[in-house]
Amino acid sequence: MKFLLIMNVNTAVLDALTEDERNEIGAGHGAFMDTITKSGELIITQALADPSQSAVVRIRGGQSVVTDGPFLEAKEFVGGFYLIDCENKERAIELAAMIPDASIEGLGVEVRQIMFSAGPLDA
Amino acid sequence: MTIDAATENLLRDLTPQVLGALVRRYGQFEECEDAVQEAVLEATLKWPSELPANPRGWLITVASRRLIDHIRSDHARKARELTVSFENTTDDSEVAAADDTLTLLYLCCHPALTPASQTALTLRAVGGLTTAEIAHAFLVPEGTMAARISRAKQSIKAAGSQFSMPAPVELHDRLSAVLHTLYLIFNEGYTASSGADLHRGELTRDAIRLTRMVHRQLPADGEVAGLLALMLLTDSRRTTRTTASGDLIPLAEQDRTQWDKTLIGEANSLLEAAMARSPLGPYQLQAAIAATHADAQSAEDTNWQQVHVLYKILERIAPNPMVTLNRAVALAQTAGPAAALDLLTELEADPRMENHHRLHAVRAHLLEMSGDAPSAREQYKLAARGTASMTERRYLESRASAPVPPVGVEPTLKPF
Repeated sequence: MKFLLIMNVNTAVLDALTEDERNEIGAGHGAFMDTITKSGELIITQALADPSQSAVVRIRGGQSVVTDGPFLEAKEFVGGFYLIDCENKERAIELAAMIPDASIEGLGVEVRQIMFSAGPLDA
Repeated sequence: MTIDAATENLLRDLTPQVLGALVRRYGQFEECEDAVQEAVLEATLKWPSELPANPRGWLITVASRRLIDHIRSDHARKARELTVSFENTTDDSEVAAADDTLTLLYLCCHPALTPASQTALTLRAVGGLTTAEIAHAFLVPEGTMAARISRAKQSIKAAGSQFSMPAPVELHDRLSAVLHTLYLIFNEGYTASSGADLHRGELTRDAIRLTRMVHRQLPADGEVAGLLALMLLTDSRRTTRTTASGDLIPLAEQDRTQWDKTLIGEANSLLEAAMARSPLGPYQLQAAIAATHADAQSAEDTNWQQVHVLYKILERIAPNPMVTLNRAVALAQTAGPAAALDLLTELEADPRMENHHRLHAVRAHLLEMSGDAPSAREQYKLAARGTASMTERRYLESRASAPVPPVGVEPTLKPF
């Protein structure tokens, strides 16, 4: 079963982290990637740029309107994700708990099942 | 270079035999498995222009050479001990080859492996599929599948498993694991656990092929025959369960004249013979339920009493809330929707069924039968939200917007 493990991040929480804590998170992600690569559960992982760099595109009256993200005011936004293929939901939850973000006060990892996939899988 | 279907089938049949011969001779399952894959690849390139007189001997020879090459790169000394030619190997060991295939299946379904690893390894080592083909079938990148297969082989090695038949005390559990793995492969193909297409033919085809192979080797086992019959009966409805645009058609609305009579006939013979001589088991019972549906000219003609009794027996020998849920559908036909809704109320207490979309779907169906269209609509909406299959969701959403009382629903084939 495929799941997206979504890391919802909160700027205020991230800003409050110490240098050591940041390094620990980085190392934790490295170890996690290594674990799920070897177990044959990782499909892809990606981290997203800061939402201040986002653009939102709308077509209004046939015209394309591009604005900065309207979500800048939001406290939480998607910071990155792991797309995994694992045994079942219990295993997905177990894996989510191994992601360093899950242990940070104020943050969490969302486990969401995949419903449809398309595109070259080896890209 | 492409190979024709006959050559492909030949290669797939030979793969487990060749692997078995190598592992029996050299041990080292992991290394032998890689060598056989390389030999199969070479065959797909060379056989289209010239099929060897003894394909099995050819594969054993090439795979042995590959194995030697691998070992030579590690230990030059060991390689000298392995310079054995199989060029003139005759097929006098058909019995050993058949036993080897079964031994391989037991090894691939080793309890140290997760079900996902068991299915992947079985398809590769016994099914003769390439890693790329397995990855494609399960919709994951090849690298992900390669890592999973490699981990599975390492786990078998770490568990210290030998290439030999499991001890008699273990045999029953191991055969159950093999049948469960084949069942999972079939189900993955028949009801894709996620994704847009309800049916992925290649996996159901491989599951049937492998189950036939096990049945040939254990013809007296009733559960092996039962599983094969169940697969054939389910597959006989394949072309009638979706519309041209891929929408789901429930059992009650399928065009029964299009059900594959040859498959149904074969399944019925298998099942009758099995039930006459073997103790009843879950696969035989599920096949018997499917056979009862296959027997009926229409949904209304179905012998629901018999379906209900069969589910009751299944519930007793293999208790599971999904079985009870299916029994509720049959009960509604024999005792009315109110009795079935009562049964669902009991089921709700089971934590495994908490908020399960199938519970909502069956309740919706029962409410529809009892004339409560508004409540049925609410339940269909809940069910639609709960499923991870696009096809199922589309169907449930269409029911939510226009409930028409159907008779019976597709019996669940989800593993239990």
